[in-house]
Amino acid sequence: MKGKNNTANIQPMSFLEVAKTNMRNYSMFIMLTVIMIGFAILTTGINLSPRNFTNIFIQNSYILVLAVGMVLVIIIGNIDLSVGSIAAFTGAIAAILYNTGIGLFLTVFLTIGAGLIIGMWQGYWIAYVKIPAFIVTLAGMLLFRGLTYIITNVTPITPKTDSFKQLSIGTVSPQFLRITALMEKRGKMVPQDIHLLPIIVGLIVIIFLLFIALRERNKKIRNNFHVLPVQYFIGKQVFLIALILVMSVQFAQYRGIPIVFIILAITVAIFTFMTKNTIFGRYIYAVGGNSKSAKLSGINSENITFFVHVIMGGLCGLSGILFTAYMNSALPDAGDLFELEAIAASFIGGASASGGIGTIIGAIMGGLIMGIINNGMSLMNIGANWQYVVKALVLLLAVWYDIYTRKKSGMV
Amino acid sequence: MNEYILEVQNLTKVFPGVRALDNVSFKVKKGEIHCLCGENGAGKSTLMKVVSGVHPHDSFNGKVSFNGKETNYKTVKDSENDNMAIIHQELALSPYLTIFENIFLGHIKTKHGIINWNKLIIDSRQYLKKVGLNENPETIVSKMGVGKQQLVEIARALSKNVELLILDEPTSSLNDNESEKLLLLINELKNEGITCIMISHKLNEVMEIADSITILRDGQTINSYDVKKDNVSEELIIKQMVGRDMTHRFPDQTHDVGTINVLEVKDWSVFHPEYPDLEVVRNASFHLKQGEILAFCGPMGAGRTELMMSLFGKAYGSRSTGQVFVHGREEHFHTPKDAIAKGMGYVSEDRKDLGLILIQSVKNNISNSSLKKLSYMGIINKGKETLEAENYKKSLNIKTPTVNQIVNNLSGGNQQKVVLSRCLLADPDIFIVDEPTRGIDVGAKYEIYSILKDLVKEGKSVIIVTSEMPEAIGMADRIYVMNEGLIKGELSRAEASQEKIMTMALKKIEEN
Repeated sequence: MKGKNNTANIQPMSFLEVAKTNMRNYSMFIMLTVIMIGFAILTTGINLSPRNFTNIFIQNSYILVLAVGMVLVIIIGNIDLSVGSIAAFTGAIAAILYNTGIGLFLTVFLTIGAGLIIGMWQGYWIAYVKIPAFIVTLAGMLLFRGLTYIITNVTPITPKTDSFKQLSIGTVSPQFLRITALMEKRGKMVPQDIHLLPIIVGLIVIIFLLFIALRERNKKIRNNFHVLPVQYFIGKQVFLIALILVMSVQFAQYRGIPIVFIILAITVAIFTFMTKNTIFGRYIYAVGGNSKSAKLSGINSENITFFVHVIMGGLCGLSGILFTAYMNSALPDAGDLFELEAIAASFIGGASASGGIGTIIGAIMGGLIMGIINNGMSLMNIGANWQYVVKALVLLLAVWYDIYTRKKSGMV
Repeated sequence: MNEYILEVQNLTKVFPGVRALDNVSFKVKKGEIHCLCGENGAGKSTLMKVVSGVHPHDSFNGKVSFNGKETNYKTVKDSENDNMAIIHQELALSPYLTIFENIFLGHIKTKHGIINWNKLIIDSRQYLKKVGLNENPETIVSKMGVGKQQLVEIARALSKNVELLILDEPTSSLNDNESEKLLLLINELKNEGITCIMISHKLNEVMEIADSITILRDGQTINSYDVKKDNVSEELIIKQMVGRDMTHRFPDQTHDVGTINVLEVKDWSVFHPEYPDLEVVRNASFHLKQGEILAFCGPMGAGRTELMMSLFGKAYGSRSTGQVFVHGREEHFHTPKDAIAKGMGYVSEDRKDLGLILIQSVKNNISNSSLKKLSYMGIINKGKETLEAENYKKSLNIKTPTVNQIVNNLSGGNQQKVVLSRCLLADPDIFIVDEPTRGIDVGAKYEIYSILKDLVKEGKSVIIVTSEMPEAIGMADRIYVMNEGLIKGELSRAEASQEKIMTMALKKIEEN
């Protein structure tokens, strides 16, 4: 009976109000920036070096891929505990397939296919037999760990050639787009390779995004829809441009664009588009927000649940490939605690444990926050034990802040 | 000693947007059976919740005295400590515990923190005997029928040495035989000196056992009668329950009813989702013409919502039998999706739980049923979507700063308009609205009535499920009266009156 009478008509909101109501959406970016700067001070800037910057993406790619799927699962109100085991299993499949000599492309294709099939298996139990996801994926966690041990014979499998490894640690930078410049390094001027490709790609992406944003805005204005105040719009674009430029410049100074970064960017782009612009994406939010109401609105929530778990399976396959490539070996114990990292990333990124709320970008930000903390503490020579403690506190704080702001904006 | 066990003086209780109780006063004598009568929404349950501390002491204005002392209850626990017990319409037993565990739940006597289970079982027997429940105390509660569960609730109240027992519609889910037994039990309890307040829609029961009757209407006490002294009749009570003025509450537009049946239902029976043998709706048959407004009336629990939801793609019930014809063709809907595809639309009575996705924006809620129309190859045309949402915001006068506002922040009436918009956008021919004006203010009600009238003008057909008889009489071309899972009768607009509807709903099955 707590209906609020929000009937106050209808003035354009002031800049401050807009900033306040959108605070939630950007709190992760702010948090990420603060943590980065914090570690930059503590490590005298090492964590921002181009080399380390590239490494952060390489070291976290397999978690970030999982986080993309996990946030979808969390949005429909479920949880998936099996992703670590499935990543280990598919990682092993990838190594075995690759060693038969069928080639890299086919290996990737078939491994992701295996992941999708696993997703169907679990999705079937969850969506149609209606066994709680917690239980199905708990079983999956054991099942696929067991299967991993069986197919690997509990020994690591190393890919026969080095090209598999390139999937993780490789970068793209064509020779003709490299120049050598004199850069200052520890007080001395030394010659250094500059990779132009990241900068070119960065500029193209910036122009593309600006074009789309302006077109959308003009369309809205033409139709007399509500739009953000112009200062706010400009601020948002400037922030985005700065972000892309920083990344481009960083990549340019080390080895070009990491292949994992490209894979990640494509994954994020696909799934962001899916959640924001497709019927399927909208249905995911509807089912998670209120499955009963969704059903009465004519949405087949079982099918939606099923396909979300299938997607999760496919992304587990991708994650498995990336981890095997990163370790240059399929380890029987791979993927340990991946599920918890992915879940934590989703929640830090603003997903709601009761479903219906969450974004792909948020989950990526959450994953990066965890990754940067790991990386920064390692650079400071702080051991894994303390890293756990700090990550735990960050998770709690982030979710507390999220609940707090959600209460304020009337979303509880 | 005070003659009255309970005195309520000038009680006012306001919910956001609704004055549920307005200056209510009434008195209950010690040792009597006092019945509260009134339409749905008259404030009976709210009154009892205030008395028993469900609504804490500082949430209302006025004075409640129990045994001559003003009460200051913050929770139900406080009123229980004063030997008052309330049994709600929805039973509050813990379904997977045994009878005796439920009886002593919340007041288990322990020795040094250790429970003597055997003693509890033995103790529970005397209470079961008193309420006439012949069951093993170790039976799991959910395995018994509702009638027996009700008896367990009463046994539970007795085990707390109750002085005042409040029963909210105790017989609404019981069959005749069980009801009869329950009424006998209440009489017996009275002989033991327990005072009893009973809320009931079934006037024959009221006349059978009441010593006093108080009638509520629109949150006000209309009258109190002493059954023995005053000359009370069922007709008098009905008149007092419904008598209110009805001018200008409904739009005056007229419309023409077509001749074609757009919906025809034959021998439709619906079974309870958890008790598959319990028939919630029995052999309902009705038809709906093009351009017609149909109303389904009856008290709460009559089976109206269950009937409509089961027709709407089996959204309710474990099983249903019978035939549905839409535009003359027999249809078998398995999900609401099928029903929507064939031109049906349903607006639930439970806005928050079944109608809306509260954490989503107005726009998303409106478009959820119609995304196929607003998209190309699975990709949503967001401009078109916003345009549609803005259109409905304007035409239905939804008061929200933008269509991106989260629905939870809207008032009840505006939320209802959002649900209606969603249904309108899907463009159904048959529009079923379940309690469309529950909990919203008079102005918004009028607007919603106008929307429905406009719909039939366009040649659509509307079914209104309502507990408010004036709404049915003011809006409908024809009225079906339901009670106890049966369609009890049919009235045309010309013959309908509140008294007739009430009489029809309350008459016994044998008289049909």
